[in-house]
Amino acid sequence: MSKVENNKAWWLVLPVFLLVAFSAIIPLMTVVNYSVQDIFDADHAVFVGVEWYREVLLNERLQESLVRQFIFSFTVLAIEIPLGIAVALMMPTKGPMASVSLIVVAIPLLIPGNVVGTIWKIFGRADVGLLGWGLNQLGIDYNYAANPLDAWVTVVIMDVWHWTPLVALLCYSGLRAIPDAFYQAAAIDRASKWAVFRYIQLPRLKSVLVIGILLRFMDSFMIYSEPFVLTGGGPGSSTTFLSQTLTKMAIGQFDLGPAAAFSLIYFLIVLLVSWLFFTTISEMDKDK
Amino acid sequence: MAEIQLKSLAHSYEKSPSGAHDYALREMNHIWDQGGAYALLGPSGCGKSTLLNIISGLLTPSEGEVLFDGVVVNHLPPQKRNIAQVFQFPVIYDSMTVFDNLAFPLRNMKIAEAKVTTKVHEIAEILELHPVLHKKAKNLSADEKQKVSMGRGLVRDDVSAILFDEPLTVIDPQLKWKLRRKLKQIHEQFSITMIYVTHDQLEASTFAEKIAVMYGGQIVQFGTPRELFENPNHTFVGYFIGSPGMNLIEVETTATGVRFDGIDIELSDARNEMLGNIPSTNIKVGIRPEFVHVWNKPTDGAYECDVQHVEDLGTYKILTLKLGEKIIKARLDEDHAVPQQKAYISFPEQWLKIYVDEYLIGEDLV
Amino acid sequence: MSLKLDNIDQVVNGQHHLTSVNLSLEPGSFNVLLGRTGAGKTSLMRLMAGLDKPTTGKIIMNGADVTGISVQKRNVSMVYQQFINYSNLTVRENIASPLRLAKTSEAEINKRVMETADMLRITEFLHRYPLELSGGQQQRTAMARALVKDASLILFDEPLVNLDYKLREELRFELRELFKARNAIAVYATTEPNEALALGGTTTLLHEGQVIQSGPSAAVYREPVDVHAADLFSEPPINLIPGDVTDNEVTFDESVHFPLHQDLKSLTPGGYKFGIRPSHIGLVPSNDDDLEMSMTVELAEISGSETFLHVKNSHFNLVMQLSGVHAYRSDATIDIYLPVHKLFVFNLDGKMIQSPTRLIRG
Repeated sequence: MSKVENNKAWWLVLPVFLLVAFSAIIPLMTVVNYSVQDIFDADHAVFVGVEWYREVLLNERLQESLVRQFIFSFTVLAIEIPLGIAVALMMPTKGPMASVSLIVVAIPLLIPGNVVGTIWKIFGRADVGLLGWGLNQLGIDYNYAANPLDAWVTVVIMDVWHWTPLVALLCYSGLRAIPDAFYQAAAIDRASKWAVFRYIQLPRLKSVLVIGILLRFMDSFMIYSEPFVLTGGGPGSSTTFLSQTLTKMAIGQFDLGPAAAFSLIYFLIVLLVSWLFFTTISEMDKDK
Repeated sequence: MAEIQLKSLAHSYEKSPSGAHDYALREMNHIWDQGGAYALLGPSGCGKSTLLNIISGLLTPSEGEVLFDGVVVNHLPPQKRNIAQVFQFPVIYDSMTVFDNLAFPLRNMKIAEAKVTTKVHEIAEILELHPVLHKKAKNLSADEKQKVSMGRGLVRDDVSAILFDEPLTVIDPQLKWKLRRKLKQIHEQFSITMIYVTHDQLEASTFAEKIAVMYGGQIVQFGTPRELFENPNHTFVGYFIGSPGMNLIEVETTATGVRFDGIDIELSDARNEMLGNIPSTNIKVGIRPEFVHVWNKPTDGAYECDVQHVEDLGTYKILTLKLGEKIIKARLDEDHAVPQQKAYISFPEQWLKIYVDEYLIGEDLV
Repeated sequence: MSLKLDNIDQVVNGQHHLTSVNLSLEPGSFNVLLGRTGAGKTSLMRLMAGLDKPTTGKIIMNGADVTGISVQKRNVSMVYQQFINYSNLTVRENIASPLRLAKTSEAEINKRVMETADMLRITEFLHRYPLELSGGQQQRTAMARALVKDASLILFDEPLVNLDYKLREELRFELRELFKARNAIAVYATTEPNEALALGGTTTLLHEGQVIQSGPSAAVYREPVDVHAADLFSEPPINLIPGDVTDNEVTFDESVHFPLHQDLKSLTPGGYKFGIRPSHIGLVPSNDDDLEMSMTVELAEISGSETFLHVKNSHFNLVMQLSGVHAYRSDATIDIYLPVHKLFVFNLDGKMIQSPTRLIRG
């Protein structure tokens, strides 16, 4: 549809343009600038071309961190998506319990990242934390500060606890949109619960799930405060994910050049994976 | 096959209904014979969808019993009642092909795949769905989707009744014809009990052998389309059936007949005697526009009236006339000459109905 | 206020939604747009309203070119299929909303709201909320909101389609009455030929984005310009029989032939399509020259006052609309009578060559 032109609208958008330009595009350009320079101090910088990019991509620590990050993101997605769907299926759609369950499910989402980290940090301690103490009582030797596996499991469970509600809420709204008649027809067709899920609910959740997966991937790929507060990246570097590595580099070591180069690479990875995922899903949707 | 019986059936959506107005369905007793084609006809809010859902099992009635072949089924869910239901908008499984859609109920019952294929092809043939059998269901047009919905009900051998809830709502008028014919052919071929809910009296009349007209939660009349047309036993049926509906005029009795606005209509002695014995003051006479005789010239026994409006509907014309203070509508054939300003009308007594307190009386006296 | 559409084309994503549409609407006229779903009725109405712009062509209101002007500047109201009301405002506030936007005085608002509510018989619901009302009442609220504005162009997009059959009949009548007193142009889109006839005024037939005929409703009905027009404006659909004309007779197939009737004498020999309305075929002869044919009954659809009989022979199918109840079983053989002077003649391209001239009996 070619809409009737109303040029005044552009004026209303102008302030937003300026704001975005100021707060996002200009800093991004600065980063690009830094990434191709060797910065000694405020006044001395040398153009080094793609030197930093090469160094960064060959850096072992960064490569390990990248691998760790991918494993983390995929693990977390693999758990949160099905679990979120399951939770959404269990939430009542009518009556007073509907609102109550909505609120209860949403609570973890409201808690800021570092608070979440702190909660689980204490929760997992063997001396004062219910989880830590409980597990040790059961005979399990649980210590997230010393044992890398325990640290991983704790970080993953913490993220699941924090973010599954997002997937659940998205799926819940998707399920609410399904008209009753579909369930009635399925009942008359004698469909099993599994068939109802597979042929009615899942297809209709597709668009909502795409959003959920994209959001969760991007967020988890950039995760910082929760694991940082919980384990500080340890033990050793077993839970040091990409953003932490980058921060250490940029702020800890004040190596702005490589840090800038790496930020851009980081940004591009997220963009690439998201784009790949999105196009794949859109292609699947089109009819053969 | 199923004979469906409703025994003292009533339904209220309120937990503790206090009066008749709280009931969506007021107490009714009714039997639907097996293999019949029936329609539930009424305006929106009359309770027809509620009744249909009670019969199919999607709704449990708050009072009374629903019996299938003599067995009480109140608490049986739809899948245990051997019924199929077609909804207002097509309900299909988007991610499957037409073939899989039709096969779905059979596969759920774990029927052998070979038998499934035969049955699906049989039904696809009848519904003329073969060309699209392997297309994805979500890409079909509305009427094709609705046929798939119907097909799912027909593939099952154990279906004893098919219930339709205003199924032609989303279909183009040009195609409604075809689907109605299809339904009728299916009924003749399979002899399944079919109950069809609609607010369109033409749809109901062309589909059903017998129509249950519903109004205010009650079945007001149950009869063949012809009976409902020629002998509506409630003013609502007179009003609702026929396009336009019956002319209803409030009258008072006189010695020789009835009167309104200074105009006297003579009635037979038998009827006058009957009217003389009635205490009520709510008396109406009704005559269908099709039965009003219209002349262009003054005629013996005809009343003069003003022609207010002529609607040309192609195959017939509707005349809006004013007699006294009342509006009367008459229906003229295409060929009939149209009176210009004045018309002369008469009411043949055999078609003039008398309603006391909204109910038809004195039919045997004509 | 007059409205003219000049050579309108609308192409969306390479598809022609409208092609070469030329229309001229008179002030105070009631215009019906009749066509199937997807024919372009809604697209056309959106152009008239100013919600969309045509790809090529001009829209002229009262002599002024308004093609690029947005809907807020044109004095237009629209009523939709789905009863669209502001659910958080009372009926009164709903009706008042366009007047409030136009900054009309409170006294004037009150007066107009009461007048319009009276006209549409919803005065008793003024304090209620739309969602508490029935479908018919909600649609009347939407109509009141459209009418109170006193717009010069009022568009109705199949507004009665979601309502009860009886309610539809009543509202149609009310609509015509409402319009008698105004100078606005009304445009009403529908898919039902009977509705077009009942509403009267002028009818414009739309088929696949093109105007195939436009004129007074009864005239368009009686004289369809081609096969599509005849088909669109007929419910049940008009019967079409392929036939051949020779020097002295017409044949439908090997068994059915009749001498060239005086009305048909002017036809040059060749192939034609003959049309006959379902209501013109009968079970008894009504004229001396009626064509008698033996057919098999496929289906009898009986409504209370009429029967639709579907019959066929080995070459073609026919639908008959008969008054009264005629219960025939499928596969029964019956004789039908076709009045030859009521035949429509179309050439093989579909254009109408001849329409029945003698219709009134006696």
